[in-house]
Amino acid sequence: MTWTSLNAGIALPEIFLLCATCALLLIDLFVSDARRGVTHALALVTLAITGVLLWCGYSPAPELAFSAMFVADPIATLAKGGMVLGVALVLIYGRSYAADRGIYKGELYSLTLFSLSGMMVMASAVNLLTLYVGLELLSLSLYALVALQRDSVNATESAMKYFVLGALASGMLLYGMSMIYGATGSLNVYEIGHRLLVGEGNRLLAVFGLVFIVTGIAFKLGAVPFHMWVPDVYHGAPTVITQLIGSAPKLAAFAFIIRLLAQALEGFAPDWRGMLIVLAVLSLAIGNLSAIAQSNIKRMFAYSTISHMGFLLLGILVANPVGYSASFFYAFTYVLTAAAGFGLVMLLARNGFEADQLDDYKGLARKHPWFGFMMLMVMFSMAGIPVFVGFFAKLAVLKAVVNLGMVWLAVFAVMMSLIGAFYYLRVVKLMYFDEPVNDITLSGGLGAKIVLSLNCLALLVMGLFPNYLLSMLNDAVVFSLPL
Amino acid sequence: MVTLEHYLVLAAILFAISVFGIFMNRKNLIVLLMAIELMLLAVNMNFIAFSQFLGDSAGQIFVFFILTVAAAESAIGLAILVVLFRNLRSINVEDLDHLKG
Amino acid sequence: MDMKTIYLLIPLAPLFGALVAGLFGWAIGRRAAHCVTIGGVAVSFALSAYVLNHMLSGGEAYNGTVYTWLSINGVDFNVGFLVDTLTAMMMCVVTFVSLMVHIYTIGYMHEDPGYQRFFSYISLFTFSMLMLVMANNFVQLFFGWEAVGLVSYLLIGFWFKRPTATFANLKAFLVNRVGDFGFLLGIGLVLAYFGSLDYAEVFAKAPELKDTTITLMTGHTWSLMAVTCILLFVGAMGKSAQFPLHVWLPDSMEGPTPISALIHAATMVTAGIFMVARMSPMFELSETALNFVLVIGAITALFMGFLGIIQNDIKRVVAYSTLSQLGYMTVALGASAYSVAVFHLMTHAFFKALLFLAAGSVIMGMHHDQDIRNMGGLRKYMKITWITSLIGSLALIGTPFLSGFYSKDSIILAVEASTLPGAGFAQFAVLAGVFVTAFYSFRMYFLVFHGKERWMEQGHHHAHDADAHDEDEHHHGLGPNDKPHESPWVVTLPLVLLAIPSLVIGYLAIGPMLAGDFFKNVIFVNHDLHPAMEAVIHHAHDAFHMGLHAFATLPFWLAAAGVAAAFVFYMVKPALPAAIDRVFSKIGVRKLLEQKYYMDHLYINGFAAAGRGLGTVLWKVGDAILIDGLLVNGSAKVVGFVASIVRRLQTGYIYHYAFAMIIGGLVFITVWLGVILGWFGPEAREWIGNLLYSRA
Repeated sequence: MTWTSLNAGIALPEIFLLCATCALLLIDLFVSDARRGVTHALALVTLAITGVLLWCGYSPAPELAFSAMFVADPIATLAKGGMVLGVALVLIYGRSYAADRGIYKGELYSLTLFSLSGMMVMASAVNLLTLYVGLELLSLSLYALVALQRDSVNATESAMKYFVLGALASGMLLYGMSMIYGATGSLNVYEIGHRLLVGEGNRLLAVFGLVFIVTGIAFKLGAVPFHMWVPDVYHGAPTVITQLIGSAPKLAAFAFIIRLLAQALEGFAPDWRGMLIVLAVLSLAIGNLSAIAQSNIKRMFAYSTISHMGFLLLGILVANPVGYSASFFYAFTYVLTAAAGFGLVMLLARNGFEADQLDDYKGLARKHPWFGFMMLMVMFSMAGIPVFVGFFAKLAVLKAVVNLGMVWLAVFAVMMSLIGAFYYLRVVKLMYFDEPVNDITLSGGLGAKIVLSLNCLALLVMGLFPNYLLSMLNDAVVFSLPL
Repeated sequence: MVTLEHYLVLAAILFAISVFGIFMNRKNLIVLLMAIELMLLAVNMNFIAFSQFLGDSAGQIFVFFILTVAAAESAIGLAILVVLFRNLRSINVEDLDHLKG
Repeated sequence: MDMKTIYLLIPLAPLFGALVAGLFGWAIGRRAAHCVTIGGVAVSFALSAYVLNHMLSGGEAYNGTVYTWLSINGVDFNVGFLVDTLTAMMMCVVTFVSLMVHIYTIGYMHEDPGYQRFFSYISLFTFSMLMLVMANNFVQLFFGWEAVGLVSYLLIGFWFKRPTATFANLKAFLVNRVGDFGFLLGIGLVLAYFGSLDYAEVFAKAPELKDTTITLMTGHTWSLMAVTCILLFVGAMGKSAQFPLHVWLPDSMEGPTPISALIHAATMVTAGIFMVARMSPMFELSETALNFVLVIGAITALFMGFLGIIQNDIKRVVAYSTLSQLGYMTVALGASAYSVAVFHLMTHAFFKALLFLAAGSVIMGMHHDQDIRNMGGLRKYMKITWITSLIGSLALIGTPFLSGFYSKDSIILAVEASTLPGAGFAQFAVLAGVFVTAFYSFRMYFLVFHGKERWMEQGHHHAHDADAHDEDEHHHGLGPNDKPHESPWVVTLPLVLLAIPSLVIGYLAIGPMLAGDFFKNVIFVNHDLHPAMEAVIHHAHDAFHMGLHAFATLPFWLAAAGVAAAFVFYMVKPALPAAIDRVFSKIGVRKLLEQKYYMDHLYINGFAAAGRGLGTVLWKVGDAILIDGLLVNGSAKVVGFVASIVRRLQTGYIYHYAFAMIIGGLVFITVWLGVILGWFGPEAREWIGNLLYSRA
């Protein structure tokens, strides 16, 4: 290895983010609790600079760094842009919520930014080693974040569950990676892909590895039957952390899937397609059915996430650029939708009141018409009602599936979304047609409210003009995949 | 003669033991953490065996990373265990059932 | 600025105004709300005028896609603009009338609490109408079509506390649904057979499909083109209030007067006319469709005119006259004289908007009394309104050299020359219509502006009117000793500005629009089959001679007779109408007219009642028992039951969760390794292969 192949400039956003996070960790030691706003502002500035660096470093052709362990291609860069945005939204919406619950501390910021570093590494990694390190950096930060509210039984319990199951999943993933390594003799994604495509390597070992890798991926996405952690963690974690778990990592998981399945294991596409069909069908069914029975909105969002991940898998199992870009679009818009949903829940929450019961939303629209309308937009978008962006995300995925000839799968997905529409619309019904049960007040600063409004309007605007983003993501996939 | 298959079978047995450890154990959370460690060691065994067999050092380097991450993972796991014990006064796996449904 | 930017700005400027006034109206106040909306429309008008000038000085027509909204199976749903001379002219008319109405509204609505809302709506309407006329594809056309409809319903029901207004609102909505259903079916046929929704592509393909037939019922085949065109025209019948879908327009007068002028006279109701003119390459291919259009237009032109005679509400008189004039335009379309129809559309927009706004001014002067029997002699009190009304009425009845004359005479010429089977009836209708139009126009004119000041004779002015308007605060009327006074300048200025084109636009525009090549390459006419246009061109060459020649033609004398009759009936011998009335009452004609040919009865007691009856039956049997009971509640129960079971899987115990994961992993391993190692028999392998390995 020569140092010229280091090419570290490609990873400038990650390097900056990591250095800035370490600096933030130190600076925060000298910031008193009363002046935590400094940390908050610095974290947002860090994110903004990271975003700018990403923007400046955008190149349509994939560029390798660190001896082909790291790549900056359009998929990675766009996904990272979405993650930075998603994390920024978490920090903006969660500030007053965190302050009310005693978790407005330096750790919140440094761990969140570390998790972002992990996600970014995941998106750019093209070596099993870097993929694993990125994944663990993300997961370990998230385990700690879930347990951040140390005096809460629910939070610590869910952290423990998340930790144990997450460790089990990464163990399975690693086991799969070791099999792939054994089958192909390489850790590099492109190399593995090439060797498997030309028929080199041990097929039995590779399939063995594939099964375990799919298991690990399914856990990260929260696809049935690897989904059990999702409702408990979403429910137990402080809402700000739930928002973090529920938004940006989905993009990281998408990029992770692209690297592992679409690039490394491309030659096994018919095999993993079958597995993903099983996962998708189960996720759509169990996710939507269980969501109906929930009375806690965070748990409801958790099950709805499971069903959305089913849709995401539908796009991926098509195994062509059209499907991938549809899934990319789905993940991208889902990040924004979920961020808005949890942001709204936090806006309603106060000290000692989590606002996570569905009944807390009764009569909301009458009391706070704009807030109610924003919630309506989020619900409509999640339900996939036309004009909102969620509809186009579902449509793109279904189109790709139908083009593949699997009409039954598309019909099944539509039926499940119909069942899903029930619990989304129930929230709207509660807000608009029921009498308020308790006094509803809004918390949160003006800035957060403005950003939240823009976020919700973006769901509408992106639905009116879905093509810009769709064609951008499509180009990204087309430029990134063949190398 | 010890062949690659022997190592792989050993690793698979270790992996299976750890997996059983995770879902058979209904008492002590610390046993869960131990099972997780064991699982990572099984994977390490795999990597080293392949690395030796293939004559490629990358697998062994991977093992160092796994060991490091495993250490960090246990640290976080134990930290979560401590706060959980403070709240629940128990490290019994069966007591972790507040969140369900 | 390049042209595309201008084309984008033209609709977006009013939209911006509408959004600001609508969303922030409560914050920025009345003045800012009307400033921003008027500013938006003014920008739009200025740019439209620039575009028209650009077109007149030989500019290229623009046809381009601005944005692809979505693409399904190769069919694109685009936002795109087709700007040619027809569009440019429509844009100018729409934005000009809209601007006038915006200004007028400052005066008319200044007491109304919904001031900002109203401005927001009319700006939104302007945006929608511009999107409609600028569309280069059927999707956007339909979007604009529905959007103008929506705003129209919002505005008819603007005073939503009046039961009559909400009834009118509902009626407009329902009747338009019928039309839109046809329209949508037509668009569907276009999509199915032409494979595209883009105008240019559809028109290019139209001649190929001329002889295509479709089978709607077994054993009967129809010409595709005829069916498509008639369905599209059904849409136009709804929107442009053609018989028998006209019933909503008179009732729409429940809305505030400015929108009656803007929406229900000058612009929206002419959308159907515009649409048919735009689709001329398709309509030209079907004699059947043209004949249908011609006959419907003729019926509307004549019979709606009759109803104008017996109306006493000043706005309803103008409304029926609008119906009749729309009938004229439709007749012209049927006779393949599309450019004449569009020409009449333009002149009508000016003078009818003028008449409506003048009527509004009179209503303000009369303190919201709309009954012309209570008016009289207003010329002394409202000079500008009087003069401009007179100009408008003269233009409407077709006085030589005024704008209405040129367009209406061209229509009559075109119908005379038409060779369609229905042309004879149409010719009778349009000629008789001239007399009727002149009669009711001047009946209203004399009753309002001349004669005795009748409101002074009314002891108690409320007693006269059994109308439902009474309970409304807006209808208080003048007391016996009050004097009406002229409206403020914001009201009279638009009157004057509209009076000018009403006077001269016909004279100026007939040459280029009808005889010149203004509409060349835009409107397509098969001159061999449909000679009507040739006849018009022959006369339209020289506007001055056409005007002079008019004194020797039948329409002029019919109009003059109409005016004279009105003069005799309502000025010289006011007792005469009552006498005639008695005679007509005996033979039932009066009743027939009063009941508007029983169309409302038919719809409300016939279709609507039958619909409700059917609906009740279906609701009780189909919905309540089958759907609610079995399907909805039944399936909801099943889903709820399944959900509660599925929910139990989430036990809360880590080892169950881990177990689920491991089981999942084991199943995958078993199946996939099994496939490779051949653990399964051939049938199982095939089944697994079909289910899970379904290859593209």
